[in-house]
Amino acid sequence: MSISDDVRSATSAPKRAFRPSMLLYDQRYRSITIQVFFLFALMLGAAWLIDNTVNNLRALGRDFSFAFLNAPAGYDINQRPIEYNSQMTHGRAALVGFLNTIILAVMACALATVLGVIAGVLRLSNNWIVGRLMTVYIEVFRNIPTLLWILIFGAIMSEAMPAPSAFRGDDPAASMLFADSVAITNRGVYIPSIQFLRDLGDLQLGPIAPSLNWLLVLVVLVAGVYANKRLLQHATAVQNATGIRPKTWWKSILVLLGPVVVIFVALGAHLEYPELRGFNFAGGTYLRNSLIAMWLGLGIYTGAFVAENVRAGILAISKGQTEAAFALGMQPGKTMRLVILPQALRVIIPPLISQYLNITKNTSLGLAVGYMDLRSTLGGITINQTGRELEGMLLMMLIYLAISLTISGAMNVYNSRVKLKER
Amino acid sequence: MKKSVFLGTIAATSLIAGLAQAQSTLETVQSRGELNCGVSTGLAGFSAPDGNGVWQGFDVDYCRAVAAAELNDPMAVNFVPTTGQTRFSALASGEVDILARNTTWTFSRDVDLNFTFVGTNYYDGQGFMVTRELGVSSALELDGATVCIQTGTTTELNLADYFRVNGMAYEPVPIETNAEAQQQYLAGACDVYTTDVSGLAATRASFANPSDHVILPEVISKEPLGPAVRHGDDQWADITRWTLFALIAAEELGVTSANIDEMKAGTDNPEINRLLGAEGDLGAMFGLDSEWAVRAIAAAGNYGEIFSATIGEQTPIGLARGLNAQWTQGGLLYAPPFR
Repeated sequence: MSISDDVRSATSAPKRAFRPSMLLYDQRYRSITIQVFFLFALMLGAAWLIDNTVNNLRALGRDFSFAFLNAPAGYDINQRPIEYNSQMTHGRAALVGFLNTIILAVMACALATVLGVIAGVLRLSNNWIVGRLMTVYIEVFRNIPTLLWILIFGAIMSEAMPAPSAFRGDDPAASMLFADSVAITNRGVYIPSIQFLRDLGDLQLGPIAPSLNWLLVLVVLVAGVYANKRLLQHATAVQNATGIRPKTWWKSILVLLGPVVVIFVALGAHLEYPELRGFNFAGGTYLRNSLIAMWLGLGIYTGAFVAENVRAGILAISKGQTEAAFALGMQPGKTMRLVILPQALRVIIPPLISQYLNITKNTSLGLAVGYMDLRSTLGGITINQTGRELEGMLLMMLIYLAISLTISGAMNVYNSRVKLKER
Repeated sequence: MKKSVFLGTIAATSLIAGLAQAQSTLETVQSRGELNCGVSTGLAGFSAPDGNGVWQGFDVDYCRAVAAAELNDPMAVNFVPTTGQTRFSALASGEVDILARNTTWTFSRDVDLNFTFVGTNYYDGQGFMVTRELGVSSALELDGATVCIQTGTTTELNLADYFRVNGMAYEPVPIETNAEAQQQYLAGACDVYTTDVSGLAATRASFANPSDHVILPEVISKEPLGPAVRHGDDQWADITRWTLFALIAAEELGVTSANIDEMKAGTDNPEINRLLGAEGDLGAMFGLDSEWAVRAIAAAGNYGEIFSATIGEQTPIGLARGLNAQWTQGGLLYAPPFR
């Protein structure tokens, strides 16, 4: 017999045989009992729900099948990021809707972030008017439901802007902006688009086929950003070694923009301007009313929340940091950019994740202004034409869940990079 | 002891649930004392609340006739507004007992969605409305136009087919309700508004200057609009179907809400006598009394009376009978014999 055994028998309770009543009266087992009980109750509840659904479907003479996704959709979608016509399948229509959801979510997240950071910083401004203006923006937008803002922006676009016919004639009632390149109409905004004279074709990736031209531009851009990062690292290394930072601004511009310009020239890029043809403008990029209303509505509304996150993050940094930076002779702008914001980010990022998730989920309000997102295509017209509510809704929930988890995962990775490193 | 009470409760609950399942729609409606009727969210002439909040219109009067036949009270109807998107879920889930909402009778809705269309109360077709100043005289001149459509309707599919077959491009603006579509169209956010011709006429009638808008001559589809019920309760389908036929037959036989009181006492026309219950007992065959048709016709009049009071040429909607005239007048209305 060893010493440790002696110690244990002296400190722990004397061993007793297990009895069933201990499951309820013994603290060591009670929590497990309760957990097992609730797990069973949960499983029972789920089983009842599924059984109920199956039975009711059978009673209605309905089956559960996703075959409708392969049937021709029969309806048209106005905003098509990929090729689509009414002869394609419901699955394809859902994909178009999915891409529209993503496009809107990315645009709205970008707008909300930019507005939020600016408004959040300016709300803390020492300038009384600027600070109060930002307070008004935040309080007004934050306290009115987002759907109303979307409808308001939609109504402003369709009611207050001139019709395309107003641009017609020798003495038109409305005219295009910026040297005849942008037309704001009550059907949306037409802006110039970049077209290529030489087309490299498309990359066939199953259901989607992105243009090789744009992929090339993207690759060169990413390579440029990477090269610029290396350049700055080199400059920092030189600065650390010699105390003198080499001039990098013209090199940065050259590395970032040079190759892209070369690619654009080589492919014969040019701007295509919108022009009035028939009932509407043709050519250029057409930003529909629905997209603009959703974009502004979601972006400006959520921007108010982001602004509050940013303000909270900045206020979380002790005033001593600002004072220390000032003592070193730093200007207020640099203090904010180099000292305060990097530290504030670790407070700002986690609530920012939920704002991005909110935007993504709120894109499903698109139907209110006729934006053809996932909810309007798969969850709206497809369900209505095929009568597959259960399948369509389940699929839609699954897709939204997947999008949200992806965003959340990506933002968590970013968060772990900016958060306080503890070693 | 406690356990047995618990099990007993479960057994009783499931028994009641089972009984509730077995109850027919007619029994459910009669015990509720109210008919749940799915209508549109507001389409002048067909179903829209008036200034006092009382629903009025062509589809509304049909529901009142059904309620009068079953519940002896034409006002015992609970109107449930549904959009193009929500109407089928509302009917399938039992939220409404009958859907009378300008709904087109199609194969897939009848067969795949498991509904029974009990007949056609309005023969319609899809058309286009444009402003007069646009100077368009045919739908074939609409290449490149922006078109407002109500989503979740057959018009959406017909539109896609029509423009594709004619090799024309268009820009669809999907909209949920007729009111929103009207606002978008009037604001000029779309060149064209398309829906059933009856709907276009009803919408145009509510404009400030109806004469500024033209309905193009092309009718691009067949849209037989009719009331629908769920599959599986044939008695209910029969009652709703023959209530519609009773209204149609009454017009053909000259029975109106004005003369019905003297006619129900008995006439020299045996068809009228069977319809109004003076001869035979047709109502008992589907669980109602013999005067069911009398009450249905008395509620808002026969088919012709309802038509002219709600959407006919004397109303702002101003629809001609056209296809919706009796078969004896060159139309398509034809009620099977009551015997």
